[in-house]
Amino acid sequence: MTEIIVVTSGKGGVGKTTTSASLAVGLAQRGKKVAVIDFDVGLRNLDLIMGCERRVVYDFVNVIQGECSLRQALIKDKRIDTLFILAASQTRDKDALSKEGVERVLNELADDGFDYIICDSPAGIEKGAALAMYFADRAVVVVNPEVSSVRDSDRILGLLASKTRRAERGDGAVEQHLLLTRYSPDRVAGGDMMGVEDVKDILGIEVLGVVPESSGVLTASNAGVPVILDAESAAGQAYADAVARLCGETVTMRFIDAQKKGLFARIFGS
Amino acid sequence: MGLFDFLRSRPRGSATVATERLRIIVAQERAQSGRPDYLPLLRRELLEVIRKYVNIDPEAIEISVEREGNQDVLELSVALPEKGVAAPATDATPASDA
Ligand SMILES: Nc1ncnc2c1ncn2[C@@H]1O[C@H](COP(=O)(O)OP(=O)(O)O)[C@@H](O)[C@H]1O
Ligand SMILES: [Mg+2]
Repeated sequence: MTEIIVVTSGKGGVGKTTTSASLAVGLAQRGKKVAVIDFDVGLRNLDLIMGCERRVVYDFVNVIQGECSLRQALIKDKRIDTLFILAASQTRDKDALSKEGVERVLNELADDGFDYIICDSPAGIEKGAALAMYFADRAVVVVNPEVSSVRDSDRILGLLASKTRRAERGDGAVEQHLLLTRYSPDRVAGGDMMGVEDVKDILGIEVLGVVPESSGVLTASNAGVPVILDAESAAGQAYADAVARLCGETVTMRFIDAQKKGLFARIFGS
Repeated sequence: MGLFDFLRSRPRGSATVATERLRIIVAQERAQSGRPDYLPLLRRELLEVIRKYVNIDPEAIEISVEREGNQDVLELSVALPEKGVAAPATDATPASDA
């Protein structure tokens, strides 16, 4: 059975693409057959984060418009055999996507035996974002511990509950997961940033993971290597934990408590 | 590496990789949006033709249009795979190795 997971948020720049790339890699590393699709038509970015920008020949819109086959447009990842990327078009606009077209592509992926389809949503609540979530079975709502991000996410939760295929058919709700990113335990401890529990209470959904603010994310995007592949970085480890939870494992939350500074750090700063 | 190389102000970190990647992709996209709009299609069709003979990766093709004097010149370069093995004409679809 194919599971369609949308990575969404409402607000831009919160970490959706970073998250989509790492979840896709993490699931594929477990032997699952995974396709990750960039829905941000006109502003593609997933190809850069995945490091395959120079291998894009055909894109999602080409497939939808029948200008090439799905097989021709899927880019096979060079690191993991079971991972495929479908890039967004850089030259068209979001109206090039249609509900029927998207459905056809998703059905074809399902027929091809994909276990997971990760849909990297654009920001906003317009067509691209609406289509990215429409067919989802599960949603990973990416939130930064910051007022506008939390409010926008709540808006998205409302749409997930009403404007999706599952909602329209009464097939049961889209399973909702909260992923808190760019989290700074020190600032939470200092009272400057909302904590996990605060955000969880406000939104009322289960927490899939907490990804700390980490310099590894920039290094990873510079190199075109999803941060989950950097086992040294805190963000990479946090994403690996989130993937485990997505697969039903119970993993204790890490990176949520402020570092107790050792003597060395206290003397020399950190 | 010299003993004091680490003191140099700008180490070659991942930012250098980012700069190089962006230089290539931005140049490619500008070339595509700037002038002839048949370039992406030309790139695809070339890829398909070349693949009948040699199994190359999409990133092996570089196309650009440069202004030289008063005429536009189409520059095309194709890096062949290391051993230059000819791939069978059949089954060389992009998804198989793209
Ligand atoms: N955990 C993190 N730590 C530090 N920077 C992050 C983290 N997650 C994302 N970023 C940065 O935030 C910016 C937006 O991320 P991106 O994934 O492109 O967001 P979106 O797809 O939601 O617009 C990028 O510059 C990215 O490197
Ligand atoms: Mg994005």
